Amino acid sequence: MENFFILAGVAIFALIVPIFYRIIVGPTAIDRIVAVNVIGTKTTVLLVLIGIIFKRVDMFVDFALTYALLNFIGSLAAARYLDRVNPDKQFSTIKTKEQES
Amino acid sequence: MILNIICIVLIGFGLLFFLGGAVGILRFPDFYTRMHAAGKGDTMSVFLILVGLAVYQLSDFNVANLLVAGKIFFITIFIMWASPTSTHALIKAGLEEGQKMWTRKDGKEDPQA
Amino acid sequence: MYRLCIFLFLFGIWIVFSGQFDSFHITLGVLSSAFITAISSSFLFENRSKGIGVRLHELIRVPIYMVWMLYQILLSNIHILRLALTPGDLPEVEPSLVRIKTNLKTDFGKWILANSITLTPGTITIDIEGDELLIHSISKITTAGVEDDTMERKIARVFEKGE
Repeated sequence: MENFFILAGVAIFALIVPIFYRIIVGPTAIDRIVAVNVIGTKTTVLLVLIGIIFKRVDMFVDFALTYALLNFIGSLAAARYLDRVNPDKQFSTIKTKEQES
Repeated sequence: MILNIICIVLIGFGLLFFLGGAVGILRFPDFYTRMHAAGKGDTMSVFLILVGLAVYQLSDFNVANLLVAGKIFFITIFIMWASPTSTHALIKAGLEEGQKMWTRKDGKEDPQA
Repeated sequence: MYRLCIFLFLFGIWIVFSGQFDSFHITLGVLSSAFITAISSSFLFENRSKGIGVRLHELIRVPIYMVWMLYQILLSNIHILRLALTPGDLPEVEPSLVRIKTNLKTDFGKWILANSITLTPGTITIDIEGDELLIHSISKITTAGVEDDTMERKIARVFEKGE
């Protein structure tokens, strides 16, 4: 069982690495924010997994919870900041496909 | 023993959905579709992996382990509630910022997006 | 009555998170839960005129709805996985914006509907204006899926029975 958890942790880390491509290359700023958000979610899981491997889950669960909260608040703050670019835009002016045709 | 098998199956499926999310983030053509991969691949896989770990934690049953499993469950609930909210906030910010929307017709951009 | 429920709820969360049962921590928990209940109990349970029978009905229906929701999320993930792993030039991806009307009246019902749509097959709610929802959808199948109103009827049956 130990080995399986270590393997799962390595697999999650291996899935984090390709997302760095989106952070470095990503065409716009908001793409990078999304990628950081995804990595944060994966890190939350990884923290609980590390806790189970080291047999200190009671401590690491608190870290994971705090990390999830910070991740959520961080992405909301970034979204609010980008909202300021164009605050008066009305969504009723945006047309959908059916209305065009 | 049977709990271990349940735990392994849950974590395996969770990793599979993580793979789908990561590949989607790399391959999808525009910001909105990437948002789909990011928002959905995560929610379900986090749910599956954390429930699997909680099941493993409960395999020797006492009060401390029950509390830890409760906290893991609380993290799961929190992520399933927070993920749609932050997805919605980010995609709204992207729309207001004026991200281009990718369409099937080659080279012809959607005029309003 | 509602205040007592909120107090017990907060105190339960305190017990789970602190994990210590000596008298000092219990007293601290009671004090802080009472303080939070006193200053912000009006955030939860907007409509307080509903009777206890309606509340019990909601309490029974919510887990059924959540199980159905989990099944939908599983389908959505399989769909995204299939889209992402299809080789070639992503033949099924065809994003579009959709606007749908909802008949739900309360803000809470609309919130639940928006979050459910975000979590289910390939659709994200971008904004709510009055009773219209602006939705981004990823392929043709999901566009068809969001336009029928099974989910809305389920939500109306759970949360807006007495209205």
